[in-house]
Amino acid sequence: MSPILVLVDHHDGAVRKSTTELLTIARRLGDPVAVVIGHGTDVALPTLSAFGATSVVTVDAPDIDDYLIVPRSEALAAAIEKVQPSAVLLTSNAKTKEIAAHLAVKLESGIITDAVDVQPGPDGPITTQSVFAGNYAVQATVTKGTPIITIKPNATTPEEAPATPSQETIEVTFSERARAVKVTDHAPRERTGRPDLNEAAVVVSGGRGTGGDFSPVEHLADALGAAVGASRAAVDSGWYPHAFQIGQTGHVVSPQLYVAAGISGAIQHRAGMQTAKTIVAVNKDGEAPILQLADFSVVGDLFTVLPQATEEIKRRQG
Amino acid sequence: MKIVVLCKYVPNAISERKFVDGDFTTDRVGVDGLLSELDEYAVEEAMKIKEAGDATITVLTVGPPPAADAVRKALQMGADAGVHIVDDAMHGSDALATSLVIAKALEKIGEYDMVMAGMASTDGEMGVVPAMVAERLGIAHVGYLGNVEVADGTVKGRRDGDAAVEHVTAPLPAVVGVTDQINDPRYPSFKGIMAAKKKPVETWSLADLGVSPEDVGLSAAWTSVSQVEKRPPRSHGEVVADEGDGGAKLVEFLASKKFV
Repeated sequence: MSPILVLVDHHDGAVRKSTTELLTIARRLGDPVAVVIGHGTDVALPTLSAFGATSVVTVDAPDIDDYLIVPRSEALAAAIEKVQPSAVLLTSNAKTKEIAAHLAVKLESGIITDAVDVQPGPDGPITTQSVFAGNYAVQATVTKGTPIITIKPNATTPEEAPATPSQETIEVTFSERARAVKVTDHAPRERTGRPDLNEAAVVVSGGRGTGGDFSPVEHLADALGAAVGASRAAVDSGWYPHAFQIGQTGHVVSPQLYVAAGISGAIQHRAGMQTAKTIVAVNKDGEAPILQLADFSVVGDLFTVLPQATEEIKRRQG
Repeated sequence: MKIVVLCKYVPNAISERKFVDGDFTTDRVGVDGLLSELDEYAVEEAMKIKEAGDATITVLTVGPPPAADAVRKALQMGADAGVHIVDDAMHGSDALATSLVIAKALEKIGEYDMVMAGMASTDGEMGVVPAMVAERLGIAHVGYLGNVEVADGTVKGRRDGDAAVEHVTAPLPAVVGVTDQINDPRYPSFKGIMAAKKKPVETWSLADLGVSPEDVGLSAAWTSVSQVEKRPPRSHGEVVADEGDGGAKLVEFLASKKFV
């Protein structure tokens, strides 16, 4: 079977959930080869092995953390040169899409972004994308070069497939041009303790109806082990940080369950969540557009409905 | 300082967006179109730089004839001139071909200090073209910036990523991408609307850029769409009124779906 390169999304070796999804998808297409750029392979190895990596390639350079994008695309190109994969899979986020974009030009290869599914096909991997606010499902393939595919989180349920990967390390030196953009400061965001919004299986969001008080939303999220999201109205009013905004110009999420509390459901919000598997809405207004999308709605005050739901969940959990 | 702002004419998300029967390309002609909302932030940021110092702003777009509307909107916001690449051979181009044409257009424009862009188009939503343009031109690309400072031949900005906030710096000329958090785009004033009518807009074809039609368009694309399926609209499920038990009913539903 041919090698399928997976770029590992990690922080100092802590592997993000979306990478385990990529490895699961890679196994459908060929033999997963995990590429770790930078330090942390020792920390990442157990997870990569558990999810089926047949080989782990580490690409390192002493100054890798001083740079953001182009050096990483050069590092990935070096790994591709070595491994000669039949496809390259990356998770979809702003940084990886930039890396993928540079790579596509460098390698003269076609690129497909934001796939929600990838299946093997006779002429290479067939991707499915959800476009125009989820109104259309599009299938496509890359027809030139080594397919570069970025995949949205929650594209599949990760499946363990324990393997004992071989390991190798490639050293690179970056080109002059790659080193033009420098990172002068790096401040990791405070972890909230909740799952990452892009990867979470469950998201509970609050909107204008919260009036600025997100505590019922947060308590329900915690009872469900969910991430918290916010509508643009809530963010623009300063009630919740922009990092949690769901919508066309915020995060576009596709969780198993999306709970919209006090959110009317304007088009640009819907664009951010309407491919969720199950949607629940809580709103005082029985005419709110969000109800059209929801699999279950409660017309009522979120300040009574959410706390009651949170209590009931805790009761059932014992 | 010379700034070129990349703009795209896109179908309006509020109207029905669709594909052309037979070739699976986005219908850009039979629909309501406008300047992509995320590009307005790039135009606005260029305007702020212009108003703070001495700069000219040229708007560059690649699109069918109606794309002139996108150029016009940017001129109304205060850009000084427009360049519109129109050629039937562009129909069905992928991001790689679009970036090639933009790079050639920038080479023809000649001197520029910054190429500014929004974080993604609101139709394709790939967010890859500015990085590809930088790669082709061999210049720096700094994207996803929440603020921009230009001084002494360098551009500095703050990237608000999901996992971290980073400050980056790059030498000019550079491609600079901005997010929708960076500013509040202005509405064109009446004066701006009237002034736009007199601003120069050049229209170039592929031949003017020295690009062969064989390198662009549907048949040259490095990806191929095999199927487009309209998803049935989500129909709403059960709606209950809260009569003191709304929360409990909600949990019953979640339990039935095994979320609890």
